[in-house]
This record gives sequence, C-alpha cells and structure tokens, in this order.
Amino acid sequence: MQEVRLIEVKEEILSGNKALADQVRQKMRDRRTYLLNLMSSPGAGKTSLILKTIEELKDELQMGVIEADIDSMVDSEKVAAQGITVIQLRTGGFCHLDAAMVSKGLDVMDLDTLDLLIIENVGNLVCPAEFDTGATRNAMILSVPEGDDKPLKYPLMFSICDVLVVNKIDYLDYEDFDLETMKERVLNLNPDIKVLEVSCRTGEGISAWTSWLRKEVAAFNIR
Amino acid sequence: MHELPVTKSILDIVIKHAEANNVKKIISINLMIGDLSELENEWIQRYFDYLSKDTIAEDAKLKIKRVPVVMQCSQCSHTFEVNIREIKEIQCPRCGRTKNFSIISGREYYIKDIEVQ
Repeated sequence: MQEVRLIEVKEEILSGNKALADQVRQKMRDRRTYLLNLMSSPGAGKTSLILKTIEELKDELQMGVIEADIDSMVDSEKVAAQGITVIQLRTGGFCHLDAAMVSKGLDVMDLDTLDLLIIENVGNLVCPAEFDTGATRNAMILSVPEGDDKPLKYPLMFSICDVLVVNKIDYLDYEDFDLETMKERVLNLNPDIKVLEVSCRTGEGISAWTSWLRKEVAAFNIR
Repeated sequence: MHELPVTKSILDIVIKHAEANNVKKIISINLMIGDLSELENEWIQRYFDYLSKDTIAEDAKLKIKRVPVVMQCSQCSHTFEVNIREIKEIQCPRCGRTKNFSIISGREYYIKDIEVQ
C-alpha cells in the first residue's frame, strides 16, 4: 500500500474563467468599448431596461447588445427592431454566461464602432454571480414584486454588483416591499453599490439611470 | 445548474497538479468555499463521479470546508463573523456601528489541497 501524501493546490476553482475574463476586460479597454453585464431574475425587466436605455441614448452612443438565452430569440428580436447591433448567444441549457461565451460573442462584433455593449445575462440570481464575464461593470435589477428579502437569499449577487436598479417602483403601493429595509440589507453587503429606482413602464427614474451610464461610459473613454 | 462547469474545472485543476507531481491516484480533494457561495456537496460529488470516470481522480472524495463570512467595521476596523442570512441586523460588536462594513472573507472558491498516492 502506497503512502498517502498531501499536495498543496491553492488554486481558484474558476481561475481559468477569471484569466479569460481579464483578457476580455483588457480587449474592451483597448477597443474603448464599455461592457456592461446586466443580471436579474427572469421577468425583472432586463430587456425592458435595455430597450429604454437604447431609446434614451442611441443618438449619443453607439450601442450593441449580447443576448443570452437558454433557447429562444424573443429578446434579441425586440432589440434588433430598434436598429441596434445584437447578437444572440444560445447557452443551450446553461444557466449563466462565462467569459469564454462572451469572448465568442465579441469575435463577431465590430467593437471599433461601439461605445457601449450590454450583455443581457441569463435570468438567474445564482450562477451568473459566480462567473466573471469580463465586463467593465456588473449591474443587476431587482423588481419590486420579487420582494425586499432577495439580498438575504442571494447575497453573492448583491455583493458583486456595482449598481442595483430597483425596477417596477410603480408597484410599491401594491406590495409589502420596504425600500429602505432592502437598501439597508444591500448596503450591508456592499457599501459601494449605487442604488437607482426606476419604472420601465412609466419611465420614472430612467433619466437617473441613463445619466449614470452616460457618465460611466465617458469616464471609461478618458482612462 | 452551474455545478457542471464548476466540477469540470475542479477536475482539470487537480489532474494538472497530480500529473505535475507524478501521482497515481487522487484520494480526496479539499475545497474551501465561502458562505456567500453556493456549492452543495452531494450534487457536486455526483457530477464529479460522472466526469472523473477512467481518470486518476476516479473515486476521489470531495471535501468542502465552509469559510464563514467575516466583515470589518469601517469605523473601528474590528473584524467579526456574520451569519449572512441575518444581515439586516449587522452591528459591530465593538463600537456598535450599524453601517459601512467591508467583506473580508466569505467569497472563497478554491481548491486547498489534494490527498494522493
């Protein structure tokens, strides 16, 4: 019987993905295209927010969208109807995008013509939080009907995002959603997160979101 | 559902290290997973058993050690463990402050070491 010995590994499980994500980030920096990774549960309003953003910013920024869907083209057709460059990544059952999939998407995009590229990640608050896509910033949407307890259930997602968009605030009067409690929970996990309140349906708060994004893209291009 | 790519990544990394050390068989794999991340032992073991067939890692046991979430108070720099399911009532046990903490640990997601023959 051979002796059992211990070999130190000390390696991140997703180190391969992280290395690829850093390459994507560098590529986007070189090409001066701001890459935003947008995450949320299904139905929280990712496509609606993207459509609103296009409406508000398409005259000043060249935009593109990478749509990730398990197996449909519904969202990308809506975005393409706005005259925006969109590519569809079918994840084939996978619950998230990783840096390799994003990298494939970038290969078919003309980055030199784009200022802002938005990734619509797969609707899910668990898996996308674990996989760095190489985005410049991570954004998430929490919609009011989902409840103010979500930061307690999905702490990792709330802790990795740079901005939280609270959507469907027109529902606040009909739901037991305590905005202040939710914010307190999020800020405890992530004191640097920016929280914006919007309603994609009524348009309330959208200008605060687009002005945050406009400033981000401008600052990225100066660097 | 992200267990499959995660498990594949674990397998690739341990085989790489095992081969570099002329290992014949991997017996167990020690993982450090922060309380902020999800990884269920039972499921990941099943995926691992499936993926590792006919490799030197076949029959290896995955042992997950959970790392608690530790926060640091921005006012007095005190560090303390937190039950992440109760983040609503976080308060620094030293200075009593209830805001502005940073996460010191709890996001770990790595392979610590492997037991081999």
